[in-house]
Amino acid sequence: MFGKLSLDAIPFHEPIVMITIAMIAIGGAAVLGLITYFKKWTYLWTEWLTSVDHKKIGVMYIIIAMVMLLRGFADAIMMRSQLALATEGSPGYLPPEHYDQIFTAHGVIMIIFMAMPFFTGLMNIVLPLQIGARDVAFPFLNSLSLYLLISGVVLVNVSLGVGEFARTGWVAYPPLSELGYSPGVGVDYYIWALQLSGLGTTLTGVNFLVTVLKMRTPGMKLMDMPIFTWTCTWANVLIVASFPILTGTLAFLTLDRYLDFHIFTNELGGNPMMYVNLFWAWGHPEVYILILPAFGVFSEVISTFTGKRLFGHHSMIYASGAISVLGFMVWLHHFFTMGSGASVNAFFGLATMLISIPTGVKLFNWLFTIYQGRLRFTAPVCWNLGFMITFSIGGMTGVLLAIPGADFVLHNSLFVIAHFHNVIIGGAVFGYIAGFAFWFPKAFGFKLNEKWGKAAFWFWISGFYVAFMPLYALGFMGMTRRLNTTDNPDWTPYLHVAFWGAALILIGIACQLIQIYVSIRDREQNRDLTGDPWNGHTLEWSTSSPPPFYNFAELPKAEEIDAFYAAKRDGEAYKVPAKYSDIHMPNNTATGLVMGALLTVFGFAMIWHIFWLAAASLIGTIVYFVIHASRDDQGYMVPAAEVARIEGEQHKILASVRNAQANSPVNKLEQA
Amino acid sequence: MSNLVFDGAKGHDHDHDHAHDHHDAGEMKIYGFWIYLMTDCILFASIFAIYAVLVNNVAGGPSGHDIFELPYVLGETACLLLSSITYGFAMLAMHKGNKSGVLGWLFVTFLFGLGFIGMEVNEFHLLISEGYGPNRSGFLSAFFTLVGTHGLHVTSGLIWMAILMYQVSKNGLTSTNQTRLSMLSLFWHFLDVVWICVFTVVYLMGTI
Amino acid sequence: MSKKRYPRFFGFLALFSMLLLSGCDYTLLDPKGHIGMQERDLIITATLLMLLVVVPVIFMTIIFAWKYRASNKSATYTPDWAHSTKIELVVWLVPLAIIIVLGYITYKSTHALDPYRPLESDVKPLTIEVVALDWKWLFIYPEQGIATVNKIVFPAHTPINFRITSDSVMNSFFIPALGGQIYAMAGMQTKLHLIANENGEFDGISANYSGAGFTGMKFKATATDQAGFDAWVAEVKNSPKQLANDEYTALAKPSERNPVELYSSVTPNLFQIIIDKYEGMKPGKIVHEKKEVAGMEGMDMGKNSAAQAEE
Repeated sequence: MFGKLSLDAIPFHEPIVMITIAMIAIGGAAVLGLITYFKKWTYLWTEWLTSVDHKKIGVMYIIIAMVMLLRGFADAIMMRSQLALATEGSPGYLPPEHYDQIFTAHGVIMIIFMAMPFFTGLMNIVLPLQIGARDVAFPFLNSLSLYLLISGVVLVNVSLGVGEFARTGWVAYPPLSELGYSPGVGVDYYIWALQLSGLGTTLTGVNFLVTVLKMRTPGMKLMDMPIFTWTCTWANVLIVASFPILTGTLAFLTLDRYLDFHIFTNELGGNPMMYVNLFWAWGHPEVYILILPAFGVFSEVISTFTGKRLFGHHSMIYASGAISVLGFMVWLHHFFTMGSGASVNAFFGLATMLISIPTGVKLFNWLFTIYQGRLRFTAPVCWNLGFMITFSIGGMTGVLLAIPGADFVLHNSLFVIAHFHNVIIGGAVFGYIAGFAFWFPKAFGFKLNEKWGKAAFWFWISGFYVAFMPLYALGFMGMTRRLNTTDNPDWTPYLHVAFWGAALILIGIACQLIQIYVSIRDREQNRDLTGDPWNGHTLEWSTSSPPPFYNFAELPKAEEIDAFYAAKRDGEAYKVPAKYSDIHMPNNTATGLVMGALLTVFGFAMIWHIFWLAAASLIGTIVYFVIHASRDDQGYMVPAAEVARIEGEQHKILASVRNAQANSPVNKLEQA
Repeated sequence: MSNLVFDGAKGHDHDHDHAHDHHDAGEMKIYGFWIYLMTDCILFASIFAIYAVLVNNVAGGPSGHDIFELPYVLGETACLLLSSITYGFAMLAMHKGNKSGVLGWLFVTFLFGLGFIGMEVNEFHLLISEGYGPNRSGFLSAFFTLVGTHGLHVTSGLIWMAILMYQVSKNGLTSTNQTRLSMLSLFWHFLDVVWICVFTVVYLMGTI
Repeated sequence: MSKKRYPRFFGFLALFSMLLLSGCDYTLLDPKGHIGMQERDLIITATLLMLLVVVPVIFMTIIFAWKYRASNKSATYTPDWAHSTKIELVVWLVPLAIIIVLGYITYKSTHALDPYRPLESDVKPLTIEVVALDWKWLFIYPEQGIATVNKIVFPAHTPINFRITSDSVMNSFFIPALGGQIYAMAGMQTKLHLIANENGEFDGISANYSGAGFTGMKFKATATDQAGFDAWVAEVKNSPKQLANDEYTALAKPSERNPVELYSSVTPNLFQIIIDKYEGMKPGKIVHEKKEVAGMEGMDMGKNSAAQAEE
């Protein structure tokens, strides 16, 4: 009746896990209790959970990303502390079968459930505003994508308390991930969490491609689009081209595990090398999906805070395109050591190296944006400068690994770990944190506290170097990855130093949490009244902060790059239109939530082989969707009078700000 | 899609924001559906890749030559190809606003599709009962995966078709229904194209 | 408002120079074998080439950020200057030039360091067959008819031809002090050619996570002089243990941190038998074909490239 599920699934014998579960339960209960106490359930349901507004959906993505950052970082601290303690024969404090789940979960969570939602969230909030659109092409699908991500998040977190997670590394190579060598439910949790959230990501890719291609404000040519929009667009192209490969690969592994197929097994003619190829054919584009939007953030941040046009707008677009296309031709560099022969290895090595050229172009373009600009050292700029230095080093080690002869001694070593953390933390994470700080006022109407933001930056960047430079050294000392104890005395001091680096990052994260608290507490002093707190260049800054739910009362005019900068220059900004029209908006719906919930049950049921429940929840999902579709909800009209009222309020605020500025000479500095 | 690189968004008057929503929403859905179909294409490409790698891994069991019967497959192919033609007739009827024509041709399409699935299920059943199921060898795993995934897609299409037939009979040829009929049409023809690849790579090349 | 980038930069510089300059503690930078030395030289050359770009970029970041800070009113300010064909040409072409050089080096070295490439030497090579098990390494010396677990001894200055497979999941056979690694996979044979330039005892590991006992999956590789090697072979031939079929079956069962075992005899062709357990990797051939010389049967990874498996 309950398949493989029984009370034995709960790891009562592991105190660390049980304490964690208890803390999560208490914390969760506290949150639910607070919502009840403040009577916010209706608000939460109507304003957020059933919303199809891209701005709200984006905020929810980012909240999830930040929560999962804490979860993934907890894994990291556990790994670093275990390795710092378990030196020279000591067993450390984590049982090996627990440690092996932790490093698997750390990778899966940070890539799939932290970095991906972070970029998706920023893209959701910002992209439609940047192209002067009122929403994305398919608002319901957007909501569904969010709930598919949440399905994956739920399953990964449930695995902590019910059953186990995979013990294979985040790549889950067969034959280790096949039933014979991983008979437990861990790999199944992995499969279904990734399959469901991957589906959501694919739908997001389709959604935003159609949005960009079909919903730009009149006059905005593709080459005029802001760089953040462009890099997200390239990322979406990568998504729609690569995620289907992941879908297929996970499905093949599922068939092997559930129906005794022999696609990747050792026996009866399976080919595990095929998994490696397919996984990385997805996996490499995936890391470019992670980095490209961060590059876009940096372009926006650096051009805004230097008070200067971005240098080389068109070449930025071409460089991002080159990175995307090349990103599809390099996947074999993840397994040079699998023995493909020199010609194949050389081809992929050369192709990989080529990517450093457009990447370098982007770096130089940022440099020449700073050149002869007026750089204001806000927190986003700190993250930006830290990125430029850090990513250069990470990119260099990447090109080093792209040389097969070098890779033969460095593959799977801590050098590789250091390299990819170098580019993911120094590139993607710094970028998303910068984007978070940059667009926070737009989303919430007040700025973040600068002091705590900069403190966070300094702890993060110093923590990064202290944690990962020793890992480069350890790679050169012959230490391989995924060890749960070590016995070489030469390695011990480096492992200790690395732990303290992680501790510094922990303080950095604490600074970020404090920053959020302090900013909310001080929000009245830091209100963004005009909607343009940084003197921005692109259309999102022409709206109020936060924007009205319909974004633009009148679709903005955009005839060149940096449309808002041009409007301000020509005195065309903040014009009150002659008359307002009715605006067509989509209705909220609970369908995304319900489908996500049912699919979570489906995933859980499949993991535990409760097949009647799996069938029922899958059918239920489809039935619910069909009912939703048959309702053929056409949305509703916002009357022109209502639009006029909302716009009128914002224009009043703008007018009072202008009066205040006219009377105070100090504010001239902001225009620099 | 190349012309869109140089084209700006088609300009619309601000006043007609809501008027153009209706026909544009349908056009956008079909555009999005094309992109979804491309992702499905890549999914199938990965399954074809699996098949190409595993086709000779027979593990001492049967190869394609031993189990494929071309005349039978020709019958399946005829069902599917004819179903595409009849769907085409349904679309012609739709453009003429002929509701009963649409329903009639959809029904015929449905029967052909059902025939295809029936024949395929029968083929699978025979193979499994002879001990040549997907768990016998890598080759058979790949065969069942490729042909089976295509079959699952066709089955989903049939379910969709039945639902649409119901919706059209209940509500008529509304603009929403027309958009959905167009999307299903794309899906159906796409599956036809995939089948031609399957037929060629799996059955023809496996038998020669 | 000034931003002091310098302290962190110098910290990084210190770490990096420590890395480069104190090579004595760094196995990969002080290899004991010819292949490893070539790989090290490759790493150093490539790093220096790339520093040609990376160091200026880092300096420019710091200098530009400092010089063009908002409070520095005396610096030129050109808010609308956003394009320069000259700069574009330089930033596309200079990295391209470096990549061309690096690419050439890559092309040559990838062929020269191909693990399948036999080493050029007047000395007759020694063949060692390697089987990755859960979670130990089985070594078979086909020419001497002996086998060991977690220990190999070989003469220095002699090319070693490793033939590698797995009777379990994917592992990676790696002796960091001597040179690069290669995957060990079931049903297939991979090859690695190494040589030790001096006597010594070197650590050997698996470099691909293979499950619960992975951390303990280590072995020792000892290079001695010819006399020492002959003596060791004689010692192993006196061992009471023999690796017959049922002994092998027992050995193949999962176990962790195995002590060194020495077997005075081993089932003939055991290596090939292990490969042939996984029938399906012989495309088109039926199972019961007669066994051929190791290197012809099974999936020879040099010829059947993984590119065949690409998407």
